[in-house]
Amino acid sequence: MHIKILGTGCPNCGLLEARTREALARTRIDAEVEKVEELADIVSYGVLGLPALVVDDEVVLSGRVPSSSELGRLLSDGL
Amino acid sequence: MWETLADRLVYGLLGLDAAARTAQSLQFFVHEILKIGFLLVVVTHLMGLVNALLPVERVREAIASGRLRGAEHLAASTFGAVTPFCSCSSIPLFIGFLQGGIPLGVTFSFLITSPLVNEVALAIFLGSFGWKVTIAYAASGIVLGTLLGAILGRFDLERYLESWVREAARRSTAPTSGGGAAVAWPDLLRRVSRDALGITRRVAPYVLAGVAVGAGVHGWVPAGAFDSWLGEGHPLAVPAAVLLAVPMYSGASGVIPITEALVAKGIPLGTALAFMMGVVGLSLPEALMLKKVMRTRLLAIFFASVAACIILVGYGFDLIF
Repeated sequence: MHIKILGTGCPNCGLLEARTREALARTRIDAEVEKVEELADIVSYGVLGLPALVVDDEVVLSGRVPSSSELGRLLSDGL
Repeated sequence: MWETLADRLVYGLLGLDAAARTAQSLQFFVHEILKIGFLLVVVTHLMGLVNALLPVERVREAIASGRLRGAEHLAASTFGAVTPFCSCSSIPLFIGFLQGGIPLGVTFSFLITSPLVNEVALAIFLGSFGWKVTIAYAASGIVLGTLLGAILGRFDLERYLESWVREAARRSTAPTSGGGAAVAWPDLLRRVSRDALGITRRVAPYVLAGVAVGAGVHGWVPAGAFDSWLGEGHPLAVPAAVLLAVPMYSGASGVIPITEALVAKGIPLGTALAFMMGVVGLSLPEALMLKKVMRTRLLAIFFASVAACIILVGYGFDLIF
């Protein structure tokens, strides 16, 4: 699984990354986490809010930071 | 209700002398904190709920559909008011609106009102100034966004966008749902509540600090202390207040309670309102973000016209009230 965190470096983006890693560790999902901070790359995903979460090139979340348990469920569903 | 509670706490429970300055300041502090704290929790929950039911993706769809027939600016501005604002989302939102086929002027309407009228400012306004001033504030913010977006839209400003933005805007992407899959009500409410309490917690230190300073002003600054340099009839008070507001973006939630105390000491409401609109609406981090998509000229036009409108609103309120 390839996970991208889209964000320009605001505190919420860091929070989403931390919680995603937390959720991955807890659910023992093996995934590669990448941060996308370049604006031109971010807008190419067509998201309207940041931070956003992209799993295998599909936007699954944008404009909010869920709890790590919700992230865990979201990532498990994607398998 | 809050007044009585604060009286009981300060004069009853703590047994302080109601005639003493310290006690009066403390009573003011407790009263304001109770009231603003309660309103913050309520308003952030309400706005969170509105936003969960009406996500920005749907807003874009509604505006782009062309069914609004001339009311696009008003709709964009109103949606901007109910959408929680985060300066890091302004760029994707800006480009996303253009990609959705929404004209630049309508996008500006959204972009102007979104920071100006937001849930935190509304809650603190409601607590500090009451519902009349809050409605006046929200209505002026929405009208300002509507008119200014419509005016800016008449000029051919697209050429002042950075070229990569113009290219990105031409490539319309498939609309994303933003993870807005159907969520069961209990889950939705829990999510809204968690976000709302998160926002309240985040602004709490600023509110506490602001109310503390306000309480000091309340107890120690004599009425009419500012009459000579910020009072009625001083022609440049409003623009000076707006200029002063620009560097204060980060502490907006603390500035409102302080301003409330200053208004009680004789600063005209319009001047105060213009100051607070400047604090909330003209933010430097927002400008730095927008610099990445707009050429300096457009950015200058954008911010100068928002500032000019805020000054007009200030003069208008000073005339009326």
